[in-house]
Amino acid sequence: MAQAIAFYTLAAFILGFAVLVVTTKDTVHSVLFLVLDFLFVAALYVLLNAPFLAVIQVLVYAGGIVVLYLFVVMLVNLKRPPEAHRDPHRLTKIGFGLSAAVLVELGAIVVSGYMKTSPVVAAATETMPVTGNTEQVGWLLYTSYLIPFEIASMLLLVAMIGAIVLAKREL
Amino acid sequence: MITPTHYMLLSAALFIIGVVGVMTRRNIIIIFMSIELILNAVNINLVAFSMQLHNLVGQVFAIFVIAVAAAEAAVGLGIILAFYRNKESVNIDEMNLMRW
Repeated sequence: MAQAIAFYTLAAFILGFAVLVVTTKDTVHSVLFLVLDFLFVAALYVLLNAPFLAVIQVLVYAGGIVVLYLFVVMLVNLKRPPEAHRDPHRLTKIGFGLSAAVLVELGAIVVSGYMKTSPVVAAATETMPVTGNTEQVGWLLYTSYLIPFEIASMLLLVAMIGAIVLAKREL
Repeated sequence: MITPTHYMLLSAALFIIGVVGVMTRRNIIIIFMSIELILNAVNINLVAFSMQLHNLVGQVFAIFVIAVAAAEAAVGLGIILAFYRNKESVNIDEMNLMRW
């Protein structure tokens, strides 16, 4: 019961702030709503027994990525807001209609697919020599998923160099 | 009782909010934030199944998704700055240099 209350509260906050992110006119307010949204998603991870991922979410998303967005919003001085003039070629209503259709489809797939299949038997967890969420995630990262982990670090290095090259005035 | 179906529906709704943001807004910064919302929806799904199946691989992949999101944000915001320097605008409709 307590879990249900927590879930519905968090879900309401997550979806509400997500709608605010998308609809707010002021870009700075939008970024601040994005921070709140990420923090509530982190709380949802705690509810899902993933405390390590919750901390990563707060550190990387709410701490790192959003600061990057704020920097860009401050650097980009908007004399005329992008939404000011209307483009007759944009078909916003069709976009909303298609999104609603996709939502209905996804909901139907989720509900029907999950109801039909029998409850999944819990897969036997691999025997790991460590206990605790953080230790087990770290164990997986450094044993079974070592190569993807290194590729991810390479990707971040390439992205860092690429961002510097793109944002630099003259090479 | 909260089942993974609830989490999947929450994830689907968050995903659709992100898609609506991508399709209806013109400010490219807002579009990038909507993409972050979409990636968060994916992560919620992964972690929900990780809890349901008692298997931590979902959380490992969620960490990879976060790493890719960070790389995407860095490169994307670099592109926004380069574009703004050329056109003094962040309107996606003016990004039509390579339009067919």
